[in-house]
Amino acid sequence: MSVSTSTSSGLDDSVHRRALRESFYAGIIAFGLFVLLIGLKTDQNIRNELIIVQRWGLLAIVVALVMVVRYLMVAYVRPFMARQKAVDARTGALPDSLSTRFFRERNAAIVAVVVAILYLFGGAIFEAVHPRVTTYLTLIRTCGLIYVIAWVFHYFRAFISRNFTVLSITAMAVYPILCVIILSLLAGSLMGGVQASLKWVDNFGIQVLIYVMLAWGLNIVVGLAGLLDLGYVAFYAVGAYSYALLGTEFGWSFWILLPAAGAMAALWGVILGFPVLRLRGDYLAIVTLAFGEIIRLVLINWREVTNGSAGISGIPKVTFFGLFNFDVSSPDYIAKVFDIPQSGVYYKIFLYYLILALALLTAWVTIRLRQLPVGRAWEALREDEIACRSLGINTTSTKLTAFAIGAMFGGFAGSFFAARQGFVSPESFIFLESAIILAIVVLGGMGSLGGIAVSAMVMIGGTEILRQMDFLKEIFGQDFTPELYRMLLFGLAMVIVMLWKPRGFVGSREPTAFLHERKSVSGSFTKEGHG
Amino acid sequence: MEYFVQQLINGLTLGSIYGLIAIGYTMVYGIIGMINFAHGDIFMVGAFVALIVFLILISLFYSMPVALALLIMMVVAMLATSFYNWTIEKIAYRPLRGSFRLAPLITAIGMSIALSNFVQVTQGPRNKPIPPMVSRVYEIGGISISLKQIIIVVVTATLLVVFWYLVNKTALGRAQRACEQDRKMAALLGIDVDRTISITFIMGAALAAVAGTLFLMYYGVVVFSDGFVPGVKAFTAAVLGGIGSIPGAVLGGLLIGFIESMWSAYFSIDYKDVAAFSILAIVLIFLPSGILGRPEVEKV
Repeated sequence: MSVSTSTSSGLDDSVHRRALRESFYAGIIAFGLFVLLIGLKTDQNIRNELIIVQRWGLLAIVVALVMVVRYLMVAYVRPFMARQKAVDARTGALPDSLSTRFFRERNAAIVAVVVAILYLFGGAIFEAVHPRVTTYLTLIRTCGLIYVIAWVFHYFRAFISRNFTVLSITAMAVYPILCVIILSLLAGSLMGGVQASLKWVDNFGIQVLIYVMLAWGLNIVVGLAGLLDLGYVAFYAVGAYSYALLGTEFGWSFWILLPAAGAMAALWGVILGFPVLRLRGDYLAIVTLAFGEIIRLVLINWREVTNGSAGISGIPKVTFFGLFNFDVSSPDYIAKVFDIPQSGVYYKIFLYYLILALALLTAWVTIRLRQLPVGRAWEALREDEIACRSLGINTTSTKLTAFAIGAMFGGFAGSFFAARQGFVSPESFIFLESAIILAIVVLGGMGSLGGIAVSAMVMIGGTEILRQMDFLKEIFGQDFTPELYRMLLFGLAMVIVMLWKPRGFVGSREPTAFLHERKSVSGSFTKEGHG
Repeated sequence: MEYFVQQLINGLTLGSIYGLIAIGYTMVYGIIGMINFAHGDIFMVGAFVALIVFLILISLFYSMPVALALLIMMVVAMLATSFYNWTIEKIAYRPLRGSFRLAPLITAIGMSIALSNFVQVTQGPRNKPIPPMVSRVYEIGGISISLKQIIIVVVTATLLVVFWYLVNKTALGRAQRACEQDRKMAALLGIDVDRTISITFIMGAALAAVAGTLFLMYYGVVVFSDGFVPGVKAFTAAVLGGIGSIPGAVLGGLLIGFIESMWSAYFSIDYKDVAAFSILAIVLIFLPSGILGRPEVEKV
């Protein structure tokens, strides 16, 4: 009798009981994993001997955190996800999605009012309360601002997705100007805003765009031709060192050396690509990884030329096509030519547009190549190599062009990197960089340029923002450095995004060739990386 | 000649460590066809756990037989890394098993980054040196063999025998080999495939932990980034020997160890890693299935 009359509260009880049990297991597992590595810390004492420091409190916090997260996951998130998929039996409609519920107009209005109050009367409120509370108020204000911006995006989502390309290029083009304007308004003076925008343009904009460009370059090799390359950073290094060495030795201009660096990297792409053509899949991956490491080790050990791990410094800056430059001591310095105050920001903004142009060039070439026979051959090769060969496609030259063109863009990005840093050392070209670039390509949904740009912004921008989170120091104490957690969170984010969306952020693609109508193809129907 | 034999012994020691790590790579690759990129970091975690256990033992007991201390370190490290690898497989690889081929590779790279940075965050970024545990050196006809080297080779040889027995003579080993050949058919015949894969990960991790403990004892220092280079070299060893083949992994490990120590002795120590990686590339180009591997059959 009781079986047939199971009420919703009975169901709830069982869900909670299961959640409790699962969270208990998760706690045991977390304890087992962390008891030695978090509970105990090896530390040097004054006599430089290793001793053990006990941290049971921290261990308890971490384990409790894991248990709570697991409980919430089983008790609330999973049933919610299940409900999202189920169609309402009465109305036949899907239930409100999380995003539409989260971005109701009512919520937006409340948040907007709170943010406005905090901005308008911020000074008065901050003076009235304790400085610690101020931190939290700033945090609330920032979160609120992000919510409002996200709400605007959500409200116009149909429009945005329709005009994604135009809008995103416009947004990237006006980004530094917007930075300067907004920060000038906040700082109250133009020069103050210009100085403050340096951080946002340089650390954030340029950094993200370098990775966007690298990922688009690698996308040609991995996403289009399906050749799994774990040593892409080698070509980046070749480009950077080409510019660094030729620029410092002969004083040649960036504009001559940019194509030279690209050609050099492409040449290395062919040299490294040629012997590995017969390899497939994971073997190819591991050999490219080995080549990447070999190039790095040669850079470290060939001290006569590369100056070893000390690196090369004093790399010349990029000039504005020779018309004026960004070198303070030169008579053609931009501030002297235009009679404006000196600032490092001009160079950064110029670099921003330079890397934007290079990245867009990569994207444009990729899009055009996909329509050419060679691009179609790449995609055909990715899908089925044997069929390709039997249709008379020369797989050797097809693979080599993919390697060479991908490497060329890596070389461009490398020479830009050298010009931006003014310093290169083998430290910048470790395997981790290759892994990050590959992760961006895969997480973006291989082959999709928009998805890759989004994933570069999320992964690189997200970890860069972590550097800016000084308010965390107020919460966790002054010893807390958010930067330390950057790569830990990056690794975990790679895992979580992959589990959540195995096909990447954009899981479908538009075919370049089609029979009657253009339909997007789900990512699940394409093969990747078995080349 | 004596110099050569000396290098041979050094190479054997190094090769034993690589071989132990390589078995983990090759078994996982054989059974589910993925490169477990986090395996090198599992090895590093094993070394760190051994370090922590060593420090606990020192602070609890003033003097203790070295053999016993090593045994305890090894067992605890094996337990801990097994637990890590089991959890990682469950969280990061199992949900993606039916997915496309690159997906588990990406989560493996993510886990590798996360593990090494986790150890950096929790244990600090500095080198962790320990006082030498075993320092006796024997001189035989102009060749010096340290007790450390003997321990490493003996432990490795013992483990390999145990391991050979496990894989070739027990029901578990049969299940593993069956899963390797055809997972679907094995499942139809009543083998718990998930469990077998879990156990494979645990076995690989346990061997990596032993390698980590021996590494700590041999070099007397460990740092959070130590997982990468030995990991890549061990993978090189696995590929060199023919991936999927367990004797091949050991053979490849020994070869890499010999190449590295000979290169450092006769050419230049700077380029020893370059030599190891170049050998990998050359072998793969001319002998794509490795020394003992089965040639891959292309299916249409």
